[in-house]
Amino acid sequence: MPTIELDAAGVTVEHGDARGSSRTILRPTTLTLTERRVAVIGANGSGKSTLARLLNGLVTPTTGRVVVDGLDVARHTSRVRRQVGFCFTDPAAQLVMATCVEDVELSLRRSVRDARARHRRAMEVLDSFGLAGHADDSVHTLSGGQRQLVALAGVLATDPSVLVADEPTTLLDLANSRRVGDVLMGLSQQLVLLTHDLDLARRCERGLVVADGAIAFDGSADDAVEHYVASVATG
Amino acid sequence: MSQPSFLAVYRPGDSVLHHARVGVKVGGLVAFSLVVVVVRGATLGLAVGGAMLALAVVACLVGGLGLRASLRALRPLLVMVVALGTLQWVFYGPSAAAETALDLLALALAATVVSATTAVNAMLDAFVRWLRPLRAVGVRPERVALTFSLAIAALPGTLALALETRDAARARGLGRHPRAFLTPLVIRVVARAHETGDALAARGLADID
Ligand SMILES: Nc1ncnc2c1ncn2[C@@H]1O[C@H](COP(=O)(O)OP(=O)(O)OP(=O)(O)O)[C@@H](O)[C@H]1O
Ligand SMILES: [Mg+2]
Repeated sequence: MPTIELDAAGVTVEHGDARGSSRTILRPTTLTLTERRVAVIGANGSGKSTLARLLNGLVTPTTGRVVVDGLDVARHTSRVRRQVGFCFTDPAAQLVMATCVEDVELSLRRSVRDARARHRRAMEVLDSFGLAGHADDSVHTLSGGQRQLVALAGVLATDPSVLVADEPTTLLDLANSRRVGDVLMGLSQQLVLLTHDLDLARRCERGLVVADGAIAFDGSADDAVEHYVASVATG
Repeated sequence: MSQPSFLAVYRPGDSVLHHARVGVKVGGLVAFSLVVVVVRGATLGLAVGGAMLALAVVACLVGGLGLRASLRALRPLLVMVVALGTLQWVFYGPSAAAETALDLLALALAATVVSATTAVNAMLDAFVRWLRPLRAVGVRPERVALTFSLAIAALPGTLALALETRDAARARGLGRHPRAFLTPLVIRVVARAHETGDALAARGLADID
């Protein structure tokens, strides 16, 4: 498994007002992630997405640094992005081509130069997600779960070694979130999973609870869920 | 929600037109358009307009579009054709009006055939190939191609956002206030653009060249 390191990485944003006041959305955090599946849970606005976005350089730390397999994310952003795939909550925002196969082909443009080989590879990827039958369908006509799977196929087509998923099942119904959850849990990649689905979180090896811009708990996924539930109960 | 279908979408198939090279199809479309636009005049213009429309219909059938789908693709254009035709009739008489209508329909059908038989990615590959010589002067072909495809893909999404926002305004009884519709719509469109930008960056597509 790859190694993800946060070395006192923190994020502060300027308020943009005249006094130049600022707000800390992630306090300096030091972490080393080597487990195959890491769950990140916590309340809305606690800083989970900020933490996740640090891992592929969508957010740059204002203090400290983030290192993925020895590569500093801020300095080698594009190399890190080839290694760290990112899956968003709303697949509609990340599917940019009209049909499923075309969207997967878009991901492969850099790695497979020949158009036919690229098409063949994209079909194989879709097939591995059980979506070969929908290859030429418009992404808008799919169900929410299928759409999230296509988005996932597009991200995994380039074979990254890490997948960061920011609430990938939040918009899905029970059956679809099970299906997407099962796919995520079966991946060979290292997975950093942000979720409000505590049952899904429990299936990971390690759990982080984020509260008020800091890691409030770090341990086994079961214990992390316990901690989070207890923190909500006591208010 | 029914899908807004004002854009001709690629329909996979096995026809001659599907297998034709993108350059041939786009070149053909350009030549076709030139003939339609350049040939004017009372009888000649009318005859050529009619012939070109017939040619476009044949191309639709060859491309496997079928008459029904071809007509459906033309529907959004009919309002404009009628409006323009009426104006022409008033100012220049019936034959000019007929010529304009025939020309517009022929052009629209021909363009529909090309987009229906050409996958967007094939079009992008062709664009990238054609723009490659311009690399010397700083043009980045992959970026240009990606911008085109994003613009095409953003249309239905933006329309869907607009419909949703309108319904939300109506549900709150604010259907008559333009600001209750426009303000959230602009915010949502910009937010969607940011999300898409993040998604492209995350997929490593922001720095290809
Ligand atoms: N660019 C930014 N500028 C200002 N504030 C920000 C920015 N990005 C995030 N925040 C704030 O930082 C806090 C943490 O945001 P973040 O998106 O990381 O939360 P989250 O844990 O993912 O929440 P949710 O469960 O709702 O997705 C929020 O209060 C948010 O408003
Ligand atoms: Mg979030």
